[in-house]
Amino acid sequence: MDIKNMKNYVYWLFCQFELITCSYLMEPWEKVLFYTFNVAMLLTVLYTAYLFVCSHISTALQFFSHFLGNQHENTVSVVK
Amino acid sequence: MANPSAVCNGHLHHQKQNNNFLKSGIYKKNGITKGVKKNGVSNGTLYKKTFIEHFEQAPMYVAVLTFLGFGVGTIFGYLRDFMRAWGLEKRNIAAEREEQKDFVPLYQDFENFYTRNLYMRIRDNWNRPICSVPGPQFDLMERVTDDYNWTFRFTGRTIKNVINMGSYNYLGFAETDVNALKTVTIELQKYGTGICSTRQEMGTLDKHVELENLVAKFLGVEDAMVFGMGFATNSMNIPALVGKGCLILSDELNHTSLVLGARLSGATIRIFKHNNMQSLEKLLKDAIIYGQPRSHRAWRKIIILVEGIYSMEGSIVRLPELVSLKKKYKAYLYLDEAHSIGAVGATGRGVVEYFGMSPDDVDVLMGTFTKSFGAAGGYIAGKKDLVDFLRTHSHSAVYATSMCPPVAEQIIRAMKCLMGLDGTTQGLQRVRQLGKNTRYFRRRLHEMGFIIYGNDDSPVVPLLLYMPGKIG
Repeated sequence: MDIKNMKNYVYWLFCQFELITCSYLMEPWEKVLFYTFNVAMLLTVLYTAYLFVCSHISTALQFFSHFLGNQHENTVSVVK
Repeated sequence: MANPSAVCNGHLHHQKQNNNFLKSGIYKKNGITKGVKKNGVSNGTLYKKTFIEHFEQAPMYVAVLTFLGFGVGTIFGYLRDFMRAWGLEKRNIAAEREEQKDFVPLYQDFENFYTRNLYMRIRDNWNRPICSVPGPQFDLMERVTDDYNWTFRFTGRTIKNVINMGSYNYLGFAETDVNALKTVTIELQKYGTGICSTRQEMGTLDKHVELENLVAKFLGVEDAMVFGMGFATNSMNIPALVGKGCLILSDELNHTSLVLGARLSGATIRIFKHNNMQSLEKLLKDAIIYGQPRSHRAWRKIIILVEGIYSMEGSIVRLPELVSLKKKYKAYLYLDEAHSIGAVGATGRGVVEYFGMSPDDVDVLMGTFTKSFGAAGGYIAGKKDLVDFLRTHSHSAVYATSMCPPVAEQIIRAMKCLMGLDGTTQGLQRVRQLGKNTRYFRRRLHEMGFIIYGNDDSPVVPLLLYMPGKIG
């Protein structure tokens, strides 16, 4: 039951995508071209995200923890 | 059962003892009530009922997505043009012959970019022939295209019972019911279909005289004149009424027939913003203060061209303010009621009745029979002097063929039905049903989230889609 509704909903979303980007109006070879381009862009973005987001996030965390960590060490040294 | 004398009168200010029945929606005693204007103007405004018009803007994401859609379409358009230019794809548009390439170009490729690339893709939705009467449902000829809308061919089959959302058949008088068309068939057998003459020569039949008297009675004016074609009524009669040295103030969104008539007349044309009375007043003031452009003489005539309901916006003209402006600055008013006659007003007599005003306020009442009456043709109504002048001086009267008798009979029967002269209240019921349908349709579309333009009472409902893909 839920699967059927889910499938209908996804199909409706896909239809909306087609209408908005005018790919509903394109001839088949144009559609192939358009979708290939879109999928290629999407894959590139995902790949870049996969490769670099992790290192970006860890660098950012390090930056912020360095901020907090340094403070902590300073106070510790003063107490000493 | 309607009391015939309650309706034959045709006088808008008729007040019998039906003020008690004004509040109730059921008019049993006298049959028909004229006008809803006797409740009194409480706070001194010109409008007796609320005048709500919507012209809302679309939300931001819709605008962005529309641009996105157009962007994709444009990119593919450039791609296709490139392929056509380099011979990778067949050229389907009109092109000159090889021998004429050095002449002045006949076709403009640059300006037709969007026609070629975007309109052609969705072209199959418009201009489709139908093969039945345009009632609530009609039959469509099936049409397919083999090469993506460059050419079409008919398969020979018909698609039955397609829902009709675009005809002007407001009151449903374009019907095929045999009982309804009895008088029309009789007249067809009596007169035939051809007139073969113009009004001034041998083309005026007793049917025309009967029709003109009926139209005058219906509208509550002194006299009327009918013409064979609605478009021609505007474009051929405005030149007869105004000429050089006159000023025409026309609304921004007037119909092509009015614009054509105004241009043909040779008068000076100034445009005011759509339904904007401040803009009109400014133009009137400037016209009277400064006069004609170089000589500064007074204008011979100032005429204001407006429509009752604008067919593309669904907005209704602000008639009370307009009439007060016209009286203050002594201008003439030409009201084109093509879409509003028969469709608005308590008994279907147009915007003049809708606002509860007298038809004497408007100098030239023009309308067409194409929309609410299910026939063809137009009329001009007003004072007897005006109509007599038009009978001799209008181009349409002198040169154009007059209306053919079965069509005239169709209008006569539709008008009699509307006025209640045929003994039933069917005409009034149709007008009421149209009003109810209009309000229901607009309310439900609004609830569903669509953007609708125009006045709440106008039967013309523009629905805005914005994205090119959704239009197709």
